[in-house]
Amino acid sequence: MSNRAFATVAFAIALAIAAASQLIANEFFFSAAYTVLLYVILATAWNILGGYTGYVNFGSAAFFAIGAYTTVALFYAFKAPLIVTIPAGTAVAGLAGLGLGYLTLRLRGVFFAIASLALAVVLFTFVVNWDFVGGARGAYVMQPSEVPFGLKRYIHLLFAIEVLMAAAALVIARAIETSTFGRGLAAIRDDELAAESAGVPTLKLKIISATVSGALMGMAGTTFPYYLSYIEPSSAFSLSYAVNSIAMPLIGGMMSWMGPLIGAVLLGTVQQLVQVTISSAWNLLIVGVLLVLFVTLAPNGIMGWVEAWRRRRNS
Amino acid sequence: MSEMLLEVRGVTKRFGGFTALDGVDLVVRPGERLGLIGPNGSGKSTLVNCICGALRNEEGVIRFEGRDIGAQPTHRRTRLGVARSFQIPKPFVSMSVLDNLRIPLLYAARQHEKLATDRVADEAMRILRQVGLADKAHARSSGLTQVDMRKLELARAMAAKPKLLISDEAMAGLSASEVDDILALLSRLKQQGVAVIMIEHVMRAVMKFSDRVAVLVTGRKIADGDPQSVVANTEVIKAYLGEQ
Repeated sequence: MSNRAFATVAFAIALAIAAASQLIANEFFFSAAYTVLLYVILATAWNILGGYTGYVNFGSAAFFAIGAYTTVALFYAFKAPLIVTIPAGTAVAGLAGLGLGYLTLRLRGVFFAIASLALAVVLFTFVVNWDFVGGARGAYVMQPSEVPFGLKRYIHLLFAIEVLMAAAALVIARAIETSTFGRGLAAIRDDELAAESAGVPTLKLKIISATVSGALMGMAGTTFPYYLSYIEPSSAFSLSYAVNSIAMPLIGGMMSWMGPLIGAVLLGTVQQLVQVTISSAWNLLIVGVLLVLFVTLAPNGIMGWVEAWRRRRNS
Repeated sequence: MSEMLLEVRGVTKRFGGFTALDGVDLVVRPGERLGLIGPNGSGKSTLVNCICGALRNEEGVIRFEGRDIGAQPTHRRTRLGVARSFQIPKPFVSMSVLDNLRIPLLYAARQHEKLATDRVADEAMRILRQVGLADKAHARSSGLTQVDMRKLELARAMAAKPKLLISDEAMAGLSASEVDDILALLSRLKQQGVAVIMIEHVMRAVMKFSDRVAVLVTGRKIADGDPQSVVANTEVIKAYLGEQ
């Protein structure tokens, strides 16, 4: 399927989901689905740098928080609406991704991972001490009382935006995967020196990859302050974003755009169910157990397992 | 000096206090086959790394087709026409053998010759047939045998459409018939006008292949000339066998 055809289908499905959800009366559905979709975007974005390019980013929370706090800052400064803060937050997070991309010049493997985690810690400290956006006290961002497009509640709008964003992230990830650019990224992941020797401008590709990945994570964060109407640093920079955005592609499969989608929907839904049926404290424990299971039993994720099964059946 | 393809002048490379290359001069003419020999640790691979840009030399000049390429990153040099194979094969393991060749075709060869994207696979197949890997085109590159890995290394270097191909010990550890396979492959490049620097310990191959042989010992070039006179050179014999 061509990129354009895939994009048409993806956005059509997204709009259909957004429209059909209006038939659902249960309000919890929207808040749970919002979170799952948020993880679809984060996992897909993480996978562009982590799965396609082979650079493990432990700082996903930082990019997410950059998006969220750009919304807060612009809201406090100009009462800026979402239509302004979404592209702004995406751009600022993209710039941070560009910076992270330059780190790949000197840092590989575990050293890069630690540096990306450090980036999150530095930004966390910065936000905690930035009084304008509420510092450690947090910030209130009130949902507007009027909801556009004839939707009943504001969460419905946030849900619809998140569905469209998830579709956009998947379209971008798939387009990268099947392009010459994507092949270049795969070469970098397999062997950077060999890639460079084959004519691949590795630094340029890594920087673009990190920028796109960071921008998409930031985009996911831009609607978050409206979700709870309140945001504070330790929830915006929560470790669960970093852990989940690594765990979900790992469980789904890191080689294709479908992996993070499957991983995020599966793990995200399980987490939401556990949260209401057992307890919210169990969330990360479940991620941990599933990770151990998958790393030992299906190291290439669900997609890798399916592909191996298909190959066995064909031969 | 415009008839020189590669011109290395006074290249010095130090690792801390250790001088790996000490004022090395080396020239390669278009289409020439140069054998580069020397005992282990004599600086052959370091020289290759300096020529290709994986390492930066502290002193000296490296010119390719008259242009100083000393400050260029590796991928630029590949695009200009300097390709290499690696001593320890570095295939792109997540890709098929065919897809391995797509990378240099897409990123290097397309820079200087017109190649439509939909022709890339055909061109990759053509090269694979040349090196005898056509039947393994769709196999995973990680599952290849040693000799096939070496062939893939060379095929990938060839796919960059270079003017100079540097083969870094492509034959080490291979059997006699496998050595002949690789040798035939490298010889065929001459017909296509590609210059080759062959770094090798297999003397039989070096003598058979080379128009000219250069000898590196402890980072210095001690001999450079036609193969017969180089192996008769007393300094070369001393370096390899010690004094009588």
